[in-house]
Amino acid sequence: MSVDEKTVRHIAKLARIAVSDAEVKALAPELSNILGWIEQLGEVDVAGVEPMTAVIPNQLRLRDDVVTEGDRRDEILANAPRAEHGFFAVPKVIE
Amino acid sequence: MTALTDLGVAAIRDGVKAGSFSAREVAQGFIAAIEKARALNAFVVETPELALAAADAADAARAAGTLKPLSGVPLGIKDLFCTKGVQTTAGSRILEGYKPVYESTVSGNLLAAGAGMLGKLNMDEFAMGSSNETSAWGPVLSPWRRNDGGNTALTPGGSSGGSASAVAARLAPGVTGTDTGGSIRQPAAFTGITGIKPTYGRCSRYGMVAFASSLDQAGPMARDVRDCAILLEAMAGFDPRDSTSLQLDVPRWEANLSNDIKGKRVGIPREYRIDGVPAEIDAVWEQGIEWLRDAGAQIVEISLPHTRYALPAYYIIAPAEASSNLARYDGVRYGLRVAPEQGNLADMYEATRAAGFGAEVKRRIMIGTYVLSAGFYDAYFNQAQKVRALIARDFETVFADVDLILTPTAPSAAFGLGEKSADPIAMYLNDVFAVPASLAGLPAISVPAGLDGQGLPLGLQIIGRALDEQGVLDAALAFEERAGFTARAEAWW
Repeated sequence: MSVDEKTVRHIAKLARIAVSDAEVKALAPELSNILGWIEQLGEVDVAGVEPMTAVIPNQLRLRDDVVTEGDRRDEILANAPRAEHGFFAVPKVIE
Repeated sequence: MTALTDLGVAAIRDGVKAGSFSAREVAQGFIAAIEKARALNAFVVETPELALAAADAADAARAAGTLKPLSGVPLGIKDLFCTKGVQTTAGSRILEGYKPVYESTVSGNLLAAGAGMLGKLNMDEFAMGSSNETSAWGPVLSPWRRNDGGNTALTPGGSSGGSASAVAARLAPGVTGTDTGGSIRQPAAFTGITGIKPTYGRCSRYGMVAFASSLDQAGPMARDVRDCAILLEAMAGFDPRDSTSLQLDVPRWEANLSNDIKGKRVGIPREYRIDGVPAEIDAVWEQGIEWLRDAGAQIVEISLPHTRYALPAYYIIAPAEASSNLARYDGVRYGLRVAPEQGNLADMYEATRAAGFGAEVKRRIMIGTYVLSAGFYDAYFNQAQKVRALIARDFETVFADVDLILTPTAPSAAFGLGEKSADPIAMYLNDVFAVPASLAGLPAISVPAGLDGQGLPLGLQIIGRALDEQGVLDAALAFEERAGFTARAEAWW
């Protein structure tokens, strides 16, 4: 699989990472190389094999639907780059 | 008299208990060693005040007769573990200045057992790397040098490179590491120390900065097998805050530790003999086989037919999970924010992530995004999960016949900084022997086996059945007694 520059820009967009033209140029052959290498997986016969979901058999537990750790607003906001009036603050979303 | 920094976890614990020295003296010794060794760049944050406070608590506990299992033992904590009030960055610029308001379960368990924290250990950014060169805070240097008289800077391995370097240079008697695809075992092998990755689910992932959640597992790194058993016992345990935590009692690995492996069947997988591996690795492997035979084990040739597909499967699964896990770094809740003038929310996300992530992390996020994107999910991700099931089945089949598996830990000794960074795939190949056990969730340990012709440590790996850490530790102990590995890096720092 060869990844062209248009695809790199598309993936970067999906991943929400800004990329410069120079980065796109460098990433296209790099990603092609890595994807080309992992494509050898295609030769494995996986007929009748279920994709793995849990590596060690384990049962998902349920707990009571109650608040266990409430009232921590200030702690939760403590590391925010910007917090205002008890909320996370971000650039305007709706004009 | 032996310097206190030459003592391991068990010796410090026992010495404090016996009153041979105070916990404060021990902490002071390691704090001084760390200050002197800043050239190694092993620590990102030093917390001498926390180590001393824990030491004083240990000395008081001794006087009061209330010593805990790790009282008086100072430890280094990999920067992947959230530590309350102490900067936690996972080696990334995007988390610079982040001070968690909570403690990870693993580090919290160690502190609750009486251990002190010497500081946070440098690592590859988000644990993505095998040489520590992807850290935003600069590479860690190995204390080891080649015996050619030169002073080439060598990697301690990665991603737990700061952890490995700290133990090898006697800056801490034991440390935490984490292993997603070899990040405890490969650095342990590179630096001549011991490190164990337990069965997936033994140690809680709560508060551990996530890389690839179906693979990430914490484990200890220390100078010998007994110290690893002691630390793992304190780290492990059921935690309702991690949905994949195993609801099982923690075995008494230290008390049950035994070098008696008579009659155990040890498999030697033929697929681990691969081209391009130095003859010295094969030689040390043969030597290891002889040691286990000498200990009374039966050696059996086995086959794990899907071994060669483990690494490519890993490089789909791990980046896929990473692309999802790292979506949380958006400049809103914690860490770095870069908001372009007049930019909207999406511009802020993109600029923040472009500035905050390093090249390898971006590469892996993009690979992960690609293999999960519409139209490619089945061909890549589902195929990889099926291959992963086959790899696990290979192990299950051989473990019906053998108790343990012995392999090399890494395909080479430590290499020089910069020697492999230009070629991502060459770097990924470092973990060729470590990744299969990760994909299958099995316990695996790396123990030092000897030195190569350049005077650098080589390690061997012992893999066990799921939940059989005891079998792995016992065989490692029998191995360690025969290897008699006492070499250490001469202090140049």
